[in-house]
Amino acid sequence: MNLRTPLSRVLNHGAAGEGVGHWWQQRVSALALAPLCLWLALSLLCLPTRDYAAVTAWIGIGVHPVLLSLTLLLAFWHAWLGIQVVVEDYVPQAGVKTALLLLCGFAAGLLAACGVYAVLRIALRPLA
Amino acid sequence: MPERPVSPHVTVYKWTYTMTLSILHRVSGLALCIALIALVSWLLAAAAGPDAYAAAMLVLASLPVKILIAIALLALSFHFANGLRHLAWDAGWGFERAQARRSAAVVVAVALLATVAAVLLMFWTGAGRQ
Repeated sequence: MNLRTPLSRVLNHGAAGEGVGHWWQQRVSALALAPLCLWLALSLLCLPTRDYAAVTAWIGIGVHPVLLSLTLLLAFWHAWLGIQVVVEDYVPQAGVKTALLLLCGFAAGLLAACGVYAVLRIALRPLA
Repeated sequence: MPERPVSPHVTVYKWTYTMTLSILHRVSGLALCIALIALVSWLLAAAAGPDAYAAAMLVLASLPVKILIAIALLALSFHFANGLRHLAWDAGWGFERAQARRSAAVVVAVALLATVAAVLLMFWTGAGRQ
């Protein structure tokens, strides 16, 4: 049984060989996020106080701004990959699907930029 | 158009609790997207200065928001534990039915225990009370 449509045979559309790219990115970003999320969650939960001075000091010290920026970038990338799959699976209308994918993609990019900006601004502020 | 094999609709399957976990993985992932927006907002407030941060902490201290934070911690614990289970499957481990069912029970237990611990650390330790 040939599962390809006559149209796709005529147009010579076949596998591009890139179908596993999305799958791999989701797994590799998950693998990288596992230790980073554990570090971030435990660090924030175990802070002795969560007042302004303690939190900004923790965000700005040592490798924390680097790891925090990395965590945010990876988290938004992983979130975008996941949302993409969910939207593609559950939104059948082509127009709505495309609009929603564009909206989520742009939102993920904007929020990731905001997060990294906030971390750098805290880390690079002049010490009073 | 040739006849194509179409995957049966969800309601045709006999329900198993491993399917519930699969769906909850997506639901918790979406919940974590919202938690991520909250995390960035909190960071922006901290970057804006002490006044903005104090205002943000006032919002976080209200009871409905505390409940949302607890739900976010549950989503994180579950997505983390079940994500490791998925990574193990992808590496070829634990894909037998009995193993998958056992690991599902482990994931639920670990996620619930981690949530309780996280909620306690969040709200009942020195940091949570202030």
